[in-house]
Amino acid sequence: MKPRLDDEDPDRLYTITGGRSRVGGGSLDLVTLIVSESEPTAGMQSEHARILRTCRRPTAVVELSADLGLPVSVVRILLCDLLDAGVVTARHPRPTHSPDALPSPELLKRVLLGLRKL
Amino acid sequence: MAYGNSDTAARAPLRAGARHGLKIVVVGGFGVGKTTMVRSVSEIRPLSTEETMTTAGVGVDDTTAVRGKTTTTVAFDFGRITLDDEFVLYLFGAPGQERFWFLWDQLFAGTLGAVVLVDTRRLEDSWYAIDRLEHHGTPFVVARNNFGAPRHTLDQLRDALDLPRHVPLVDCDARRRDSSKAVLVALVDHLFALSSAREPTP
Ligand SMILES: Nc1nc2c(ncn2[C@@H]2O[C@H](COP(=O)(O)OP(=O)(O)OP(=O)(O)O)[C@@H](O)[C@H]2O)c(=O)[nH]1
Ligand SMILES: [Mg+2]
Repeated sequence: MKPRLDDEDPDRLYTITGGRSRVGGGSLDLVTLIVSESEPTAGMQSEHARILRTCRRPTAVVELSADLGLPVSVVRILLCDLLDAGVVTARHPRPTHSPDALPSPELLKRVLLGLRKL
Repeated sequence: MAYGNSDTAARAPLRAGARHGLKIVVVGGFGVGKTTMVRSVSEIRPLSTEETMTTAGVGVDDTTAVRGKTTTTVAFDFGRITLDDEFVLYLFGAPGQERFWFLWDQLFAGTLGAVVLVDTRRLEDSWYAIDRLEHHGTPFVVARNNFGAPRHTLDQLRDALDLPRHVPLVDCDARRRDSSKAVLVALVDHLFALSSAREPTP
């Protein structure tokens, strides 16, 4: 299908994602930080180019979603393309174990220090 | 300290070395002050976005037992606090009502903990959130956001919420940065105590 990007287009999300609804993006947390590894190239899908520009500095998945005005699930799909192409890398949050596995006291101490400085 | 946003539309990017994203969720009923709390401590103007969830026809209040998939969109907002060169904390303001149940698993996955904001004029709005957090095993604190002078003591509120003694319960004014900050510190202190108690596994 031919991309026809238009904010008012009800099929916009379908167009942006090429109709895919689910890929391996499930591993991208809301707070996974994305970093560009290269610059946008001519002819690149505009959302992809925009992500690459924004992620010159680390940017969380959820911030990209807000910037692009796209649901998180759609942003995950776009990011999968870029990860597959090797043009971005992902800094994942600490792995989450079982729900009641608490972060270490060391990590929490660091969080407290940061909060107290606010 | 001055509120952190300049007038420019562009928000400050994260530090180049930022690598650990952390999450805390602020939950509570409509209008209880979730966005206000996020705004008062965030270094960026709160942003909002949405998540589209596909649920496999397991609606809790659905007696017609719809087969197949339903897509639901939920909006939420968030703010950000840079803790140090590597750690950055995201604060999510999430609706606490039962009809958003499908969002909860996702938002709570990997979260450090939660703040339950309570408006004592509508206590019943908090019950579902507290129930859900206990069910998930997500550590939390409860903060009473005071709209006017409180009419009850915190002990009375604890009884009314049927809140176990080990769960911290504090007062706050979500509009004030120092007050919201104190609530976050109370949560992380609580987590620290829980984590330290567990640490030496003999
Ligand atoms: N008096 C008083 N007003 C408050 C306080 N916190 C929030 N408000 C006001 O209450 C109203 C609702 O606050 P919000 O922060 O939008 O509440 P919310 O929980 O995000 O609301 P929804 O997202 O719509 O569920 C706003 O007009 C706030 O200015 C408080 O501590 N005291
Ligand atoms: Mg709100």
